[in-house]
Amino acid sequence: MSDTTAQSGPMLAADGTPLKVSLARALRRQKLRALMLIAPLFLFIVITFLAPIGDMLFRSVENAIVPDTLPETVAVLADWDASSEEAPGEDVFTALHADLLIAAEEKTHTRLGSRLNYEMPGISSLFRKSGRKVDDMTPGNYKEQFIAIDKDWGNVDVWRTIKRFSGDYTAGYFLASIDAKIGHDGFEFVDEDQRIYLFLLWRTIVLSVAITLTCTILGYPVAWILANLPLRYSNLLMILVLLPFWTSLLVRTSAWIVLLQQQGVINDTLVAIGLVDDLNRLELMHNQTGTIIAMTHILLPFMILPLYSVMKTVSPSYVRAAKSLGANDWTAFWKVYFPNTVPGIGAGAVLVFILAIGYYITPELVGGTSGIFISNRIAYHISSSLNWGLAAALGVVLLSMILILYWVYDKIVGIDNVKLG
Amino acid sequence: MEAGAQDHIVRFENVQKSYDGETLVVKNFNIDIDRGEFLTMLGPSGSGKTTCLMMLAGFEPATHGEIYLNGQPINNVPPHKRGIGMVFQNYALFPHMTVAENLAFPLKVRGMSKADSDAKVKRALEMVRLPQFGGRRPAQLSGGQQQRVAVARALVFEPDLVLMDEPLGALDKNLREEMQFEIKHIHESLGVSVVYVTHDQSEALTMSNRIAVFNDGIVQQLAAPEVLYEQPENSFVAQFIGENNKLSGTVTAVDGETAQVTLKSTGDKVAALAVNCGGKGDETLLSIRPERIIIGDENAPNKMSGKVVELIYLGDHIRCRMEVGDSNEFIVKVPNSHAHAALKVGEVTPVGWVTEDCRALDMI
Repeated sequence: MSDTTAQSGPMLAADGTPLKVSLARALRRQKLRALMLIAPLFLFIVITFLAPIGDMLFRSVENAIVPDTLPETVAVLADWDASSEEAPGEDVFTALHADLLIAAEEKTHTRLGSRLNYEMPGISSLFRKSGRKVDDMTPGNYKEQFIAIDKDWGNVDVWRTIKRFSGDYTAGYFLASIDAKIGHDGFEFVDEDQRIYLFLLWRTIVLSVAITLTCTILGYPVAWILANLPLRYSNLLMILVLLPFWTSLLVRTSAWIVLLQQQGVINDTLVAIGLVDDLNRLELMHNQTGTIIAMTHILLPFMILPLYSVMKTVSPSYVRAAKSLGANDWTAFWKVYFPNTVPGIGAGAVLVFILAIGYYITPELVGGTSGIFISNRIAYHISSSLNWGLAAALGVVLLSMILILYWVYDKIVGIDNVKLG
Repeated sequence: MEAGAQDHIVRFENVQKSYDGETLVVKNFNIDIDRGEFLTMLGPSGSGKTTCLMMLAGFEPATHGEIYLNGQPINNVPPHKRGIGMVFQNYALFPHMTVAENLAFPLKVRGMSKADSDAKVKRALEMVRLPQFGGRRPAQLSGGQQQRVAVARALVFEPDLVLMDEPLGALDKNLREEMQFEIKHIHESLGVSVVYVTHDQSEALTMSNRIAVFNDGIVQQLAAPEVLYEQPENSFVAQFIGENNKLSGTVTAVDGETAQVTLKSTGDKVAALAVNCGGKGDETLLSIRPERIIIGDENAPNKMSGKVVELIYLGDHIRCRMEVGDSNEFIVKVPNSHAHAALKVGEVTPVGWVTEDCRALDMI
């Protein structure tokens, strides 16, 4: 349309400096002031959010406890051939004795035992027992004395485990988080009956997708009504949509327990009207059904609100135009109205899915065993088993999965197609 | 149905419309629109003109009365079966489709083959002089281009009747005038009937065969543009269409077509056409167009004296605001001709008019 003249070299300002430099200088003050304004929030987020999360995630690879507690043993053990079928020699046990003396003094040997126990069950008690008796050992012949305390000290596998996890960093937690380990022959999956995390991850994704779908199906008509009602009715409806936000999450989930349990309101009603036999009451909670019902209810506003704000911007004249051009109600909706609301569905789906995939409280309370998410396992490792490394690794896996799905979404739908209003 | 109804493409019969059940937005609307006619509904906002258009398009049901399209009652026909093209105020081009897809939409829902539809889309784009814009999105077009696409889309499926709801409202003045002629030419070359809604009287005068002037839910006058301008039936039309000088007075006698009126403010006795002034003793509003005033002539009929308040030089004419009687908004257009009257602000000069140019109308 407009003809552009070819430029030779950069544009210059009146004083001969390049225009870009001149512009940057002119804007610098403004930028500095803007930065000063966001600095408090930025610092707050760095200190209270980014740093702790970074530290937590770092635990997924951190393994300093082994080289820190057994410094000499680790050094000497480096010369031992792990593929040999024999336990290491006297020099390693001498070093172990020296290390354990200090460790028992500082009571760090039990923590080391717990750490190595994740990789090989049984090591924990080995360290605890040896720590108690290491003071009573006589100089010399440490190998025999150790094996006398516990014959496991002669087990090659124990030493292989110690050697394998003697580095400052480890991939062990990540492998565990995908049900794998480095065995004697390298990478391998754990035994079938011990696998749990991949399955849980998969279930988390499937249930989150199901929740997102139900939220879309239930939320779309509500958002449409909200966007098309006269103002005084839509305000009232909007309050009803927002009402859940004003109630504690715990209260809402507990309410669902009251409704869904076998002696609960829903079952009682169904029995009372004769739809369900009293002996065959529906199992609506402590399973996936419970998780899906309760979480759909809790996450529904996150679908309705972006959908509503997008629908507000879709002019009613589009549908009228479509009808005047000969489209029936369904065609006008499907070919004209719906495509214009897709950005709202996209925004709502991303919100609901990402919230759902990391949800914890609701699956914990109504999910039973078949309805829990990966986050429930993370919480378990943080607060019960205290295996923070594994919890961190699971967290990283969850986070990267979300990022991958986000990327896939961007490729398929396009993230600039997401609109919050 | 009476005979001859087939000549009318649209017929409104005693149509009334109320939104809240308390007030009538449209009060007893009757009109026959001829095939091939360009009819404009003109009126201030809230006068009911858009409501009538929406009832014709099928987006609003009539509260009472019947609307006929090609002789068939259509009150119970849904909009998509009426086959009426429509151009909306903000174009309502589908933002998620390209221009070509927008144009193909009415053809596709009618089950037309791809080849036929492509040919028609191409022809429609050529008609509105945008042949190379088929692949663009509406958002990438200027306002005038979007407007033309909207017109093309309303015409591409070859309807008999096209409705336009203030289609030029969002355009700037120059573009609006250009588009007025373009729409008029398309109407003339295709021979479709157009019902056009606007609140811009110059737009209505430029484009229409007939204009229905709406006010307060009632058609005040339905006539050709020149009739509306030169022979307004009542004071509202006289005020709404073009510029108008009004003087209030009392009828002293009606003699055939002429009424003798005594002006309220000065007591001057003048003569005017008795159009809508009632009988002796009734109050009336005299209406004279500014370009029909005779100025500076001592021998003019219906002579009064006026004082020049303001002079505005406009090139082809000089706009002179005067104080005449109780009105200081008395406008005279003095043509910038060879020997026009040389006026000065503050000067007192005689003004007058030919009796036929002054219409005695109702009081508002």
